Amino acid sequence: MSSNIIRPYGDTTGDGMVQMSFTLPLPHDKRAEGAALQLARKMGLDPALLVHAKAMGPDFTFFVVYGSSTHLVNLDEVHVVEREYPLLSAKDANLAIRKQLRRKLVVVGACIGTDAHTVGIDAILNIKGFAGEKGLEYYREIRVVNLGAQVLVPDLVARARAEKADAVLVSQVVTQKDAHIHNTTQMSAAFREAYPAGQVPILIAGGPRFEEGSEGALGVDRIFGRGTTPGEVASYLVHEMTQRRGR
Amino acid sequence: MSRTEPLLHLDPAVVRQARSLARRAAAPVVKIAQSHTTVSVERATLRLAGLSGADHERVPWVNHLVTAVRDEVGLEHGVTTPVYDALLRGEAPDLTTLAQKAASGNVSFRLPAGREAQAARRAATKGVGAGLRTIDRSRATRERLIRRHGDPTSRPWIYLIVATGDIYEDIPQAQAAAREGADVIAVIRSTGQSLLDYVPEGATREGFAGTYATQENFRLMRAALDDVSKELGRYVRLTNYASGLCMPEIAALAGMERLDMMLNDSMYGILFRDINPIRTFVDQRFSRQVHARAGIIINTGEDNYLTTADAVEAAHTVTVSQLLNECFAKEAGLEDWQLGLGHAFEINPEIPDSFRMELAHALLARQLFPDAPLKWMPPTKHMTGDVFRGYLLDGFFNLVGAMTGQGILLVGMMTEAVVTPFLSDRDLALQNVRYVMNAASGLTEDFHPPRDGFIQTRARQVLSEAVDLLDRIVNDSDAAGDPPLLAAIADGTFGLMKRPADRGKGLEGVVVRADDYDNPAITALDAGMPAKKGEKR
Repeated sequence: MSSNIIRPYGDTTGDGMVQMSFTLPLPHDKRAEGAALQLARKMGLDPALLVHAKAMGPDFTFFVVYGSSTHLVNLDEVHVVEREYPLLSAKDANLAIRKQLRRKLVVVGACIGTDAHTVGIDAILNIKGFAGEKGLEYYREIRVVNLGAQVLVPDLVARARAEKADAVLVSQVVTQKDAHIHNTTQMSAAFREAYPAGQVPILIAGGPRFEEGSEGALGVDRIFGRGTTPGEVASYLVHEMTQRRGR
Repeated sequence: MSRTEPLLHLDPAVVRQARSLARRAAAPVVKIAQSHTTVSVERATLRLAGLSGADHERVPWVNHLVTAVRDEVGLEHGVTTPVYDALLRGEAPDLTTLAQKAASGNVSFRLPAGREAQAARRAATKGVGAGLRTIDRSRATRERLIRRHGDPTSRPWIYLIVATGDIYEDIPQAQAAAREGADVIAVIRSTGQSLLDYVPEGATREGFAGTYATQENFRLMRAALDDVSKELGRYVRLTNYASGLCMPEIAALAGMERLDMMLNDSMYGILFRDINPIRTFVDQRFSRQVHARAGIIINTGEDNYLTTADAVEAAHTVTVSQLLNECFAKEAGLEDWQLGLGHAFEINPEIPDSFRMELAHALLARQLFPDAPLKWMPPTKHMTGDVFRGYLLDGFFNLVGAMTGQGILLVGMMTEAVVTPFLSDRDLALQNVRYVMNAASGLTEDFHPPRDGFIQTRARQVLSEAVDLLDRIVNDSDAAGDPPLLAAIADGTFGLMKRPADRGKGLEGVVVRADDYDNPAITALDAGMPAKKGEKR
């Protein structure tokens, strides 16, 4: 068995079985069911098994389809970003900051644009934390300035300068019309404009819908996605700080 | 909900103590509300007098007029006296023209005295009275339509959200949701709106994660729901948000355009939006008086306490907030049937007995506020993206709703925190609700938690923690000598957020009333409802 080629697993190795559900804008009849099967086949399910179809109002039908996917996954062609820094405990993170900076690391955080969802930034910054980990406020050697929601980019830049921020965290939950991307690029551009080259604080964007590896396009140093814990952010900050001081 | 055997055996003395502490906390804050006004209260008053529309840059005329009056004579006397004095002096034939001239600096305002002041006040009372009559007519229309089409046949009312950002997309979605079984449609607002110090104008198609609350959007959606109510033979209610910096104005627009429910919380804006506490309490009192008059059911936002803190540790903060919301609401003239006090299913499902605790908390709210509809809100914090698990969690949420006789049930979506709900998500969610209600709503008859068992004990514990917290609030103090509730808000008693009374957004719009302050809307609202017949419950 070649270990680098895999298929989905239903109840037997190699059966390729997957399930999916979708809605078609058709009234529920034989034709709609045929259309659902055609879609499933075009998506690579063969054979496809239509296990459930239900009318949702006069104009839509909901389907559940099971089937064997004809596609193969080649693990040699899978490329992901692995975490390139070690996870530190709060104690070790504090120690590293004290040793290297001999002062507190200053983190300024905000939700920018019209985004009022502070749940992400609060989970990382507030002492309350997230997933059983205390937030950055809990770290003795980190000073947190949480500006809250709907902060304007110029205000964020001004505050970051006033606080001599080492790092700036922005959270973007709302993604309608790509607001998270516009806001983040606007933010990073504003920081590059306001600071001399090489002295821009560590810029971090967090949110559930950022694309992994899009740091370059957004002009930030790091993106954190869904499920990120405060410890991961603190560890990254220590790592990046070490890298920058070494330069 | 009247029962012979009490479900929780709460000590009536403790319940009385909780209410009396809440009253003590609220009373000094009500005094502050009665001795201040805000730009938004004054703008709302002008809206009641019929001033609407905006200039070519979409700045509303009410904003122009209030700013002009404030610059020339201040707002401490109320905006209407100088405004109607200017009309009586022939500065302009009507409010809109006056506002237009004021915007370009072509009117001079003054504070009339003696007979002229009386004449201006009389004219203002007449002008503002028109808006109050519109509100009364809207209420009568609602009552007539409910008689004609009927109320939902069973409780809880099914509450569904639409949020496309585009009113013309919202409308077909809302109608579809009603056809699928929704009794209440909530149109979520664009995320930025709570911090705008003006109400946008006209039909809007560009919102972020929601649609702007505007008078025209209100009108369009209510008309669309009237059509579908007729089609379904069931009056479908419409909900929006009277919160943020324009709470009073939005309440006035909602009253005139016959919205049926409004989200309106006494402290949400302060704690979660960093709006100035005084601004919030002044705006809130006015908006609640309008809601009382309009026959609107308010929905309070206690779910927010549970999403920002641990739902077990913070359970009593929900109770405290409900008691304060009740107290402020009653003072403003709202009746029990208008109090959609909020609570939510947000306990971490990984912890043991989470469902039993949810039941205990929901029953506690039900028992403390037996005549309020109560709004039961679904899990959001522990929806992980595993939609299958989420669907089960929503089923258990629905079961608590069924077993504890909730009045309004916000339907949980298994795609919460994943995507804006698909058409199929909404359909599946409603199937979930219908199955649970069909299968188990009769449990309200059978389900009596055993005396001094887990549920009764937990409920009493939460109540006693709530009393402790209320006690801490009424004994709080600060250097500025603020009322205890404001001191408590300032020092982070609620959810660790520190919100001092002299900070926060919208503070610059707060004005201390002068002795001769006059606001015909507040005078009429303080005097209570006009005689009415056929009170609808």
